[in-house]
Amino acid sequence: MMLSRKATEVAVFSLFRGCAVLVVLALLVLVGYIATGGLERLSIEFLTDMPRRANTQGGIFPAIVGTFYLMLIVLSISVPIGVMSAIYLVEYQQNSLMGRVFRLAVYNLAGVPSIVYGLLGLGIFVAYLGLGFSLISAGLTLSIMTLPLMISSAREAIAAVPSTVREASYALGATKWQTIWHHVLPYALPGIFTGIILSVSRAAGETAPLMLTGVAMSLQRLPDSFFDSFMALPYHVFYMATQSSNLLATRPIQYATALVLLLLVLGMNLFAIVLRKRYRDKYRW
Amino acid sequence: MTTAIHTEDLHVYFEKNHALKGVNMDIEMNKITAIIGPSGCGKSTFIRCINRMNDLIPGCTVKGKVMVDGEDVNDDDVDVVDVRKRIGMVFQKPNPFPKSIYENVAYGPRLHGVAETIDGKVRRRKHTKKELDEIVEHSIRRAALWDEVKDRLDKSGTSLSGGQQQRLCIARTLAVGPEIILFDEPCSALDPIATAKIEDLLVDLKKDYTVVIVTHSMQQASRISDRTAFFYLGDLIEMGDTKQIFEKPSKELTEQYITGRMG
Repeated sequence: MMLSRKATEVAVFSLFRGCAVLVVLALLVLVGYIATGGLERLSIEFLTDMPRRANTQGGIFPAIVGTFYLMLIVLSISVPIGVMSAIYLVEYQQNSLMGRVFRLAVYNLAGVPSIVYGLLGLGIFVAYLGLGFSLISAGLTLSIMTLPLMISSAREAIAAVPSTVREASYALGATKWQTIWHHVLPYALPGIFTGIILSVSRAAGETAPLMLTGVAMSLQRLPDSFFDSFMALPYHVFYMATQSSNLLATRPIQYATALVLLLLVLGMNLFAIVLRKRYRDKYRW
Repeated sequence: MTTAIHTEDLHVYFEKNHALKGVNMDIEMNKITAIIGPSGCGKSTFIRCINRMNDLIPGCTVKGKVMVDGEDVNDDDVDVVDVRKRIGMVFQKPNPFPKSIYENVAYGPRLHGVAETIDGKVRRRKHTKKELDEIVEHSIRRAALWDEVKDRLDKSGTSLSGGQQQRLCIARTLAVGPEIILFDEPCSALDPIATAKIEDLLVDLKKDYTVVIVTHSMQQASRISDRTAFFYLGDLIEMGDTKQIFEKPSKELTEQYITGRMG
């Protein structure tokens, strides 16, 4: 059967729209499902209390703080190293063999499963460097895991700054470093923020590497140093869903924890989006 | 006549490609020198030697001398920042920074600061707000753009029209205080009215600056330049007074090119 040209047009367009709607729908269903399961359990006490009686009562405060710490560690390690590597790649090694090898390595690292990073962290940070089963071991592991993502998004943002702008800066007598610092980096910031959002969100949601590097099932206190073990939201969800002593009774806790994790990540993304928008408006092409 | 730029046996190689083959040229002070020739003849490569922009291209080697003020710009010991401060450049496509009009013009002066001699020692300091305001206003006026932008100096440079953007780029170059300004096909992305404005400006600028312009348009070269150089396949074929080049070229190749039989 031959469709008329107009009918084909409508069919194809509907297909595209259907796909787009499907994505939004998936997000809504996900949030709705988790919210209905967890809202009843959500309260100020839930957010600020220590867990009690093997996590069946009380709150999830240590898990929130633990995940927050992990995000901070990733932010302060992965972002600067990622951005600096990206600058080096674009501005100093654009077409060289070294640059190509580096890029290939980054792409391949991005595809390594997170459990493998967990094993790496266990081997290097926990055992070899003797950092133990701790916040810092887990944070470093997550930092390494998110680096490829950070580097490739920063690299794209930096490479997208037009070379004519670089030339203009050089022609006015700016050095390479001044050109990077005054022009390339500021103009690439919105793209770099996108990379930060993706990286830190990914770190916040990871479970597998944490299990090998320092997450605890239940703590009545906050970690008191980098070398202490900690709780984390995604692991708490996993624990409540599979290891709880009374699965049915604790199900709302599991949903509420997932909801908190979701809100934390969404909130952070929102913050980064606002920042990104501000820079987009500041440097308008 | 005084010579502003003197090149001697200037060669440029991109990897193995011999792009400029031993150019000897004298460019006069306070004159407009036009560089013409078909695409790929080495025009842009030539003027990019004068402010060392070819340094930025990987695999590019420049041999020979480019004398400016009795100093070989191409010498390894020469501070390239200093060279580009004295020799400004305006590009083919208007390339303002995505910052305010004021910041675009103030960028160069901010970069270099003010050199002051105190007790026989040269010190650098930042411009005061007032000094900077003056430089910005003076440069924009000199680029014949002031009346169009004076009420919106805080607006983005990229919000201007193409011709205004190009004049902003000229103002930005002037603000650094160069002696020589290189123009690399500055009108090729502009409409005829904007082009006419830039041409008037160039003629006016030669009172204070030495102007070198690469152009694809022979009409443009004949309208505004005092001297014209014709390049072909990396060789300087002929150079002379613009009138002579266009009316009585001494080389066969030049005649073919300007009469449109080649290129």
